[in-house]
Amino acid sequence: MDLLEYQARDLFERGGVPVLAGRTATTPQEAVEAYKSLGADLAVVKAQVRTGGRGKAGGVKLARGEEAVLKTATEILNLTIKEHRVETVMLSPAADIAEEFYFSILLDRASGGYLAMCSVEGGVEIETLALERPEALVKVPLDPVEGITPAVAARIVEEAGFLPDDHGPIVEVLQQLWQVFREADATLVEVNPLVKTGDGRIIALDGKVTLDANAAFRHPEWDEYEEAAATVDLERQARDLNLNYVKLDGTVGVIGNGAGLVMSTLDVVAAAGLELPGQPHPANFLDIGGGASAAVMANGLRIIMSDPQVKSVFVNVFGGITACSDVANGIVNALEMLGEEARLPIVVRLDGNSVEVGKAILSEANLPLITVKNTMDEAARAAARFAAEEN
Amino acid sequence: MPVFINASSRVLVQGMTGREGRKHTQRMIMSGTRILGGVTPGKSGESVLFEEDPVPVFGSMAEAVAATGADVSVVFVPPKFAKAAVLEAVEAEIGLCVVITEGIPVRDSIEFLTAARASGTRVIGPNCPGLISPGKSNVGIIPAHISGQGRIGLVSKSGTLTYQMMYELRDHGFSTAVGIGGDPVVGTTHIDVLQAFQDDPDTDIIVMIGEIGGDAEERAADYIAANITKPVIGYVAGFTAPPGRTMGHAGAIITGSAGTAAAKKEALEASGVLVGETPSLTAQLVRDAIAELRSSRS
Repeated sequence: MDLLEYQARDLFERGGVPVLAGRTATTPQEAVEAYKSLGADLAVVKAQVRTGGRGKAGGVKLARGEEAVLKTATEILNLTIKEHRVETVMLSPAADIAEEFYFSILLDRASGGYLAMCSVEGGVEIETLALERPEALVKVPLDPVEGITPAVAARIVEEAGFLPDDHGPIVEVLQQLWQVFREADATLVEVNPLVKTGDGRIIALDGKVTLDANAAFRHPEWDEYEEAAATVDLERQARDLNLNYVKLDGTVGVIGNGAGLVMSTLDVVAAAGLELPGQPHPANFLDIGGGASAAVMANGLRIIMSDPQVKSVFVNVFGGITACSDVANGIVNALEMLGEEARLPIVVRLDGNSVEVGKAILSEANLPLITVKNTMDEAARAAARFAAEEN
Repeated sequence: MPVFINASSRVLVQGMTGREGRKHTQRMIMSGTRILGGVTPGKSGESVLFEEDPVPVFGSMAEAVAATGADVSVVFVPPKFAKAAVLEAVEAEIGLCVVITEGIPVRDSIEFLTAARASGTRVIGPNCPGLISPGKSNVGIIPAHISGQGRIGLVSKSGTLTYQMMYELRDHGFSTAVGIGGDPVVGTTHIDVLQAFQDDPDTDIIVMIGEIGGDAEERAADYIAANITKPVIGYVAGFTAPPGRTMGHAGAIITGSAGTAAAKKEALEASGVLVGETPSLTAQLVRDAIAELRSSRS
């Protein structure tokens, strides 16, 4: 789960990390109020979006005076940056930047641990820096429990090549950021840039934080983030029903059991669609897990069919522990529960445990919406064809 | 010789008294696994009946290992208590700990995996379906009826794709199928399992199933090129997954330009691994490779 910049700023502030004042606004009028409460002459207005490159897209601008803030906030709140609509801006006093550095702590999947990365050349995209000047980027593996001790922090600033005068305050900030990382159950805390101001202060000017969704059970305070994170209504509804759903932009709805099988189903549907007019592709990822009960199936079908883009549905279930007969009953009952709401052709592929009984149940139910196919590949082609015909 | 487990593996179930633990213990017993006990803190001295046969419950892993001499544990406890359970298993010096639990915070996983590495305990998972050597032992939740014994070794991040592939190739059968789990950090990697299959005289051919996220498949590809002489057939899921969105598994996410299915497929193919476009086409590649092995031997 990725936090917005202002959420990261708040988290840093609570952890004692030096940050600039920040006020959020969702309308130009609110932005003017925020500007007045900041009490700074020159303010920076920043789009709050979960994507990079907002500066280039015009999402970060300076403004002096209420009139300029109103105009700037209006412009930025009307932007869409890489398909992310700007709904919130953050205002901060403009910083007097003398130097820009880079610092991050992240989960390193390859080593199964944490890694700190630091550079005295901040402010640029870290991928660019890592590619073009790898020697300028210091990487230090961290002990997962100890993390950034004073000694580790001292080693990082030494290796990164900070000026001796800066060592003290930066060593302190790195330790504070580790505390934030650990206490927040983060998998990424990135400060880019970490700046030194004209008067010698060290400040985390922009922050990116990713939280580990698996740790939500010990962070009741995350509810507000989760609410803000689901940007699509259907995803909110699905989350309320405990469904693992991701909205995509195609026309073939997909339901399956198990994350790997559903991912694979999306691929097979997309490949089948390539040969057809309009190239139909998947409308969503939806994993209903092992159980596949009638109620879960009904919820899944309802979410998918309430997506106006969807033209056909592909239900792909492998009966491992679950019997296909139960899944078939689930589909039949789900269609009964949905009644008129079930409006689209549904292609079903069942395989595995009790598959023959499952197919017999579907064929006896004689439901006009349902087409049964024997293999995943055939079923994907059929579902894609239905979607293409609807165009 | 199957991989990691065998017919004489002596297994404890951590969290056996819970609903999932009980259900899967029954299934493991039915498929021939030697279950010697369950472990649930505070329930020492109780027992659970499976088809009239009582299985004892111990209060701690130390107690259970001392009483039974078990060498494998399988963990079904909820995410909140999983770290404590695995650390107990590590301290009891169990040889193999298979963590089925889904939804463990990665910080907890890192802590117990670090402890496990230091003590030489092999952990499989977390968030995995476990492993099965058909007809010999079954530790986890892989349905035993899907496929019988054979000479294919399978390693996969995904549970249902493991089942799908075992079903497609049930006429050939499997030496061992290992589900390593879909979390960003796992105890046993593709590479560990590839090496075990390379060393296993009962495995002729290896199927490796990957999915988006991280670079485990890329590293496995390098490893295959340098160390694996048996034929490897691959499959990768997630070509259509958009960057930045988690696809069900906590580890299945494309970040920046890293972790894409296309990059994984390319890396595997560069190492001589044939990669199937769909699960069925992958199964066909396996059949072709088996036929080739047979003709080259006759």
